[in-house]
Amino acid sequence: MEIPRHWRLKQQRYSLVGETCPHCEAKIFPPRDVCPTCGGEAKTQYTFSGKGEVFSYTTIYEAPSGYDETAPYTVALVKLEEGPIITAQLTDLGDQPVEIGMPVEMVTRKLRSENEDRGILIYGYKFRPVLSRAA
Amino acid sequence: MRQVAIAGIGQTSVDEHWEKAIRDLAVDAILAALMDAGRQSAEALFVGNMMSGIIDHQNNLGALIADWAGLRSAEAVKIEAACGSGAAALRAGLIAVASGEVDSALVVGVEKMTDQSGHDITAALATAADADWEVDHGVSFVGLNAMIMRRYMHEYGWKHADFAPFSINAHANALHNPFARLHQAITVEDFEKAPMIATPINLLDASPTGDGAAAVLLLPAEKVMSNNQRPRTIIAGSASVTDTISVHSRRDPLFLTAAYESAKKAYAQAGVEPKDIDLFELHDAFSIMSALSLEACGFAERGQGPRLGLDGETAIGGRIPCVTRGGLKARGHPVGATGIYQIVEVVQQLRGECGPTQVEGARIGMAQNIGGAGATIVTHIIAAD
Ligand SMILES: [Zn+2]
Repeated sequence: MEIPRHWRLKQQRYSLVGETCPHCEAKIFPPRDVCPTCGGEAKTQYTFSGKGEVFSYTTIYEAPSGYDETAPYTVALVKLEEGPIITAQLTDLGDQPVEIGMPVEMVTRKLRSENEDRGILIYGYKFRPVLSRAA
Repeated sequence: MRQVAIAGIGQTSVDEHWEKAIRDLAVDAILAALMDAGRQSAEALFVGNMMSGIIDHQNNLGALIADWAGLRSAEAVKIEAACGSGAAALRAGLIAVASGEVDSALVVGVEKMTDQSGHDITAALATAADADWEVDHGVSFVGLNAMIMRRYMHEYGWKHADFAPFSINAHANALHNPFARLHQAITVEDFEKAPMIATPINLLDASPTGDGAAAVLLLPAEKVMSNNQRPRTIIAGSASVTDTISVHSRRDPLFLTAAYESAKKAYAQAGVEPKDIDLFELHDAFSIMSALSLEACGFAERGQGPRLGLDGETAIGGRIPCVTRGGLKARGHPVGATGIYQIVEVVQQLRGECGPTQVEGARIGMAQNIGGAGATIVTHIIAAD
């Protein structure tokens, strides 16, 4: 089911490949070819660093079907250091409480298992707390 | 363009109508609206609905409902804009009659939700958001609103309990609406200890789903007379504006730009300002949306929406009475039908039919219907004359 749809998104999901606008230099994620800042054509590829901070977050107790097995889990609006905000799950949280402004970095994880009888797993970006160095 | 009047209104209760299919609900509301207007039929039918293809395994709703309502040969289509489908369909009907293309149009909003399990409904509602860039990451529709609410509380320093008056007011008003889903008053204490859905949104921040249909009959205003029992109700303003579909793409995720712009257009068309609005049926799918809608429409400063609730200004008798028949929170939110319920309720207010929740001397009412987390926002101003 929907294999081509997920295949189309692989560069973004695995490597955060977006775009940069040649007219106003805005960094764009997800890529959309039309710059949301200036309206110009923007097809220049740009790979994001995967570093950012939590802009907001929620812990989801009532999950959509396909995700209910892992509930509760935490989804965030992550503000990437290059500017755009993206929606992604937080992971590897341990006992650490989530806070607005918390620095996070991208990792690749299983997003969901779709159509389990055919065993198709969907991987993509999640974000984990930036490991603070022990003093 | 001609002026257009709402000549008839009809609604079913919002409930778990196990015995009724989507077509039955729509037909009930349509027949009630036709009877209210003293009419037999209409030339065109616009159906507001979000999820029939997913939930009822049924598209081509225009033809289905025209057929079952006995509207032989009528032009009929479904209009979809997620939870904003109802008001989007009203605009389609308005444009059809105002332009002179047709001389009468029925608009029905209908949604049948209780045939499916909670997780499947949660997944279906999430189709209002961006499938590739939001929903695949596991965020529910509630979750999107929850992230807006969390950031809003962080930036403006509100506590969760500060949003309670919006839900308390909705539940209090619904006690007097026989068509409402919930007939149960709530307290701040109830609000604070309700089960969590997606932090910080709990069950009493969020509107309940349900089955329901509401309908209006639109006619050219010159064909409708006012009388002592019933003033003529005119669509004085109507505007629909979109914003980015994803919350994360907004320049300012805490401001409903599409609400601001659609209200501004509707005010200009009607020749009114916020202070002229006697009541406001806003889209309180979640308590945070009440605050954001009041701010964007000019009733509160940025970040100060909850203050209106805390000061009692959104209750009956306040400065801007809101959700006077229970709103999405307590009348219920059968998603594609909601926008038409709001219009029916504004007309009831302008006719003076609202009993204990009647707004004294109401002449101008506003309704705002939102599709997605602020992506499609449709504002209507209805005036009695
Ligand atoms: Zn640009």
